[in-house]
Amino acid sequence: MWDYSEKVQEHFFNPKNAGAVKDANATGEVGSISCGDALRLTLKVNPETEVIEESGFQTFGCGSAIASSSVLTEIIKGMTLDEALKVTNQDIAAHLDGLPPEKMHCSVMGREALQAAIANYRGEEWSDDHEEGALVCKCFAIDAVMIEEMVWANKLRTVEDVTNFTKAGGGCAACHEDIEAILEKVLAEKGEKFDPDAASIEVVSEKKEKKPLTNLQRIKRIEEVLDSLRPQLMADGGDVELVEVIGNTAYVNMTGACNGCQMSAMTIAGIQQRLMEVLGEFIKVVPASEMSKLVTIGA
Amino acid sequence: MRDIYLDNNATTKVDPSVVDVMLPYFTEQFGNPSSIHRFADGVAKGIKKARGQIQELLGCEHDSEIIFTSCGTESDSTAILSAIKAQPNKKEIITTMVEHPAVLNLCEYLEKEGYTIHRLPVDKAGRLNLEAYKAMLSDKVAIVSVMWANNETGTLFPVVDMAEMANAAGVMFHTDAVQAVGKIPMNLKDTKIDMLSLSGHKLHAPKGIGVLYLKRGTRYRPLLRGGHQERGRRAGTENTASIVGLGKACELALHYMEHENTHVKAMRDRLERGIVEQIPHCFITGDLNNRLPNTSDIAFEYIEGESILMLLNKAGIAASSGSACTSGSLEPSHVMRAMGIPYTAAHGTIRFSFSRYNTMTDVDHVLKVMPDIVAALRNLSPYWDGDRPVADPEQAFAPTYS
Repeated sequence: MWDYSEKVQEHFFNPKNAGAVKDANATGEVGSISCGDALRLTLKVNPETEVIEESGFQTFGCGSAIASSSVLTEIIKGMTLDEALKVTNQDIAAHLDGLPPEKMHCSVMGREALQAAIANYRGEEWSDDHEEGALVCKCFAIDAVMIEEMVWANKLRTVEDVTNFTKAGGGCAACHEDIEAILEKVLAEKGEKFDPDAASIEVVSEKKEKKPLTNLQRIKRIEEVLDSLRPQLMADGGDVELVEVIGNTAYVNMTGACNGCQMSAMTIAGIQQRLMEVLGEFIKVVPASEMSKLVTIGA
Repeated sequence: MRDIYLDNNATTKVDPSVVDVMLPYFTEQFGNPSSIHRFADGVAKGIKKARGQIQELLGCEHDSEIIFTSCGTESDSTAILSAIKAQPNKKEIITTMVEHPAVLNLCEYLEKEGYTIHRLPVDKAGRLNLEAYKAMLSDKVAIVSVMWANNETGTLFPVVDMAEMANAAGVMFHTDAVQAVGKIPMNLKDTKIDMLSLSGHKLHAPKGIGVLYLKRGTRYRPLLRGGHQERGRRAGTENTASIVGLGKACELALHYMEHENTHVKAMRDRLERGIVEQIPHCFITGDLNNRLPNTSDIAFEYIEGESILMLLNKAGIAASSGSACTSGSLEPSHVMRAMGIPYTAAHGTIRFSFSRYNTMTDVDHVLKVMPDIVAALRNLSPYWDGDRPVADPEQAFAPTYS
C-alpha cells in the first residue's frame, strides 16, 4: 500500500465538498479515464466580487485523487478567481503533507480542473499545457515525456547526459534501461543511432570552448541554457527570467512556484552548475533582488 | 472482528506445521548438505523427502525432475532462457497477452534482442483461440510459455492440450503454474509439459523458494552456473529450510485438494452470488465455468479499485485490484485490457482470493460491508447519479485529457 500521509487519509475517508455544487456557474472536467483518474470540479462564483463561494468535486480515482480533489475545494473556497489561479499543484500536495512521486499527477489534475473551471466561467477555452508520460525515474519523479523533450532540445546522447539535465537516473539506477530505450527511440527519430559508449555531451562542448566568451556571447549562451531548463521549471509551476549579466554574475528572477519556494536556492544552485558546465567558465547566479543592493552600494 | 485475508493469489500465510518442520534446519541441522559431518547428516535426507513430496503433488515420474530455485520468476526465466540457449537457431516464442510479468517482461526484453514474440490474445471471457495457437506453431518456435491459471481471474488455460499440440509440432512447452499448483490436481507424467514453474509462497510455504519441473529428456541449459547443487542445473547452496517447508506444504496441498475444490469453492461462490445480488453494475470477469476454485475477480463499474481497497482495508479486509493506481502505472491491468473490459470497469476490479484458512463468517462480513463501500465511492463519482449511472456515461462526463 502507498505511504499516504495522515492528511491524505483524512481527506479520503472524510472527503469535504463531495458532489456537484447546486447552481454552479463554473465547471472544469479533466483527467484521463484510461489512467484511472478523472475529476469534475464545480464552483459557484459571485459575479460581483469573483469570489468562489462554493466548490464541489466529483472524482473517479484513487485515494490520492479523491484527497487532492477534497483538499482543493477547501483551499479555494473564499478566494477570488485571480487568487485561485495562483494555486499550484505543489500547494495542493503541501496541504496534504506531500504525496508519493507516482501520485503527484493527482495534484496536477486538481490544479488543471481549477484552471479549466475558471476558463469555463470566463467563457474561455482551456487547453492542457502539458503532457504527462509514464513515470520513469521514481527517485526524482521524472516522466518519459520530460526526458524525451530534454533529449530532443539538448541533443542528449547518454544516460549520464539525461541525469545531468533532468536528474532522472541519478538515484537507484533502476530506470537506466528505460532511459536508454528513450534515447534509442529519440535518436532513431533523428536518424541517429544510440551508442552506449558515446561520450557525454559535456566533454564535446568543452572541447569547443577555447576562446574566452565576449559578454554578448555569454548572455546569448546563458539565455540558451535557461531556455533548455525552462520546461523543467514550468512543469513544477515556476519559471526563470534573466535580468542582467554583469561580468560573470547572472542576475535572475525566479517566478511562479519557484518564487518563495524552499527549493529555489537549490534550483538556483542547479542553474549555476548547468551554466558553468555549458559555458566552461565560472558563472555566479544571483537573485535579481540582490542586484538593487549592489546598485545602491555602487551609487 | 479478526482481519480477513482474501489476497491468497498474492501470497499465503505459511502453514504452522510447515514452520514446525523448517525450524530444526535453522539451528540444529544447519549444515551444508554437501558437507560430511553430523550437522549435515539429515539435511540431504530432508531435501530428498521434500523432492518426493513435490513429485507426489505434481504427479511427475522422477524426483530428479524437480529443480529447486528461489522463486517462480527464476523458474520462468530459467525455462525460457534455457530453451533459447539450447536451440540457438529457433528465434520465436509463443506466449499469451495475459501472462504474469515474470514471463511478459522477459519476452519483451528478448524481443529487443531480436526474438519474435507471438502473444496469443484472449476473448471477453479470457479464453484462448487454439486454432490461432496451432497456426503459430512451427519449427522456428523455441518454446511455448502459457500459464496454467491466470493470477487475476483464475481462468484456466488448456495447457495439457496445448502441450500435446506443441509436442506434435516438435516445440518445447513451459507452463507458469504458480497459481494452479495445489489448487487443482495434476499428473505431469501423463502430459507433454516439458517444464513447469511453481512458487512456494502461493501454497502456504515461505517466500524465496520455487521449483522448476524439468521433464526427463528435455534439452536444458542452467541459468546459474557454479557448484554441483541440483546436479549442476541450478548452482548455489540449497535453501534447505525452505525446501523442507515446501515439501511439507505440498503434502498438505495434496491432502486438502478436495477441500479446496469443495469448501473453498463454496465460499468463493457464495461471495460472488451475494455481491452480484446486492450491488448493481458489477460483473465477474474471466471464464466463469473454468476457473480456479479460490479466485473471484469482480469489476465494480464507475469507481476505482485503489479507493475500494482502502475502504476494505479500513473494514479489516485484504484484497487486491487491477487498477492502474495500485501499481503506480498509467494503464489498468493488462489482463483486463486484453479481455476488452472498458476502462470505467477495469479500474474498479477487485480480486478476492481464498484459502483453506478462510471461513463463511469472512464471506458474510465482506457481504455486509461491500454494498456501502461501493455506494460511498459512487456518490463521489462523476459517472453516478443517485442510485444509478448517469445517462450515457461516456458522453455525460468526457474530461479533457491531462
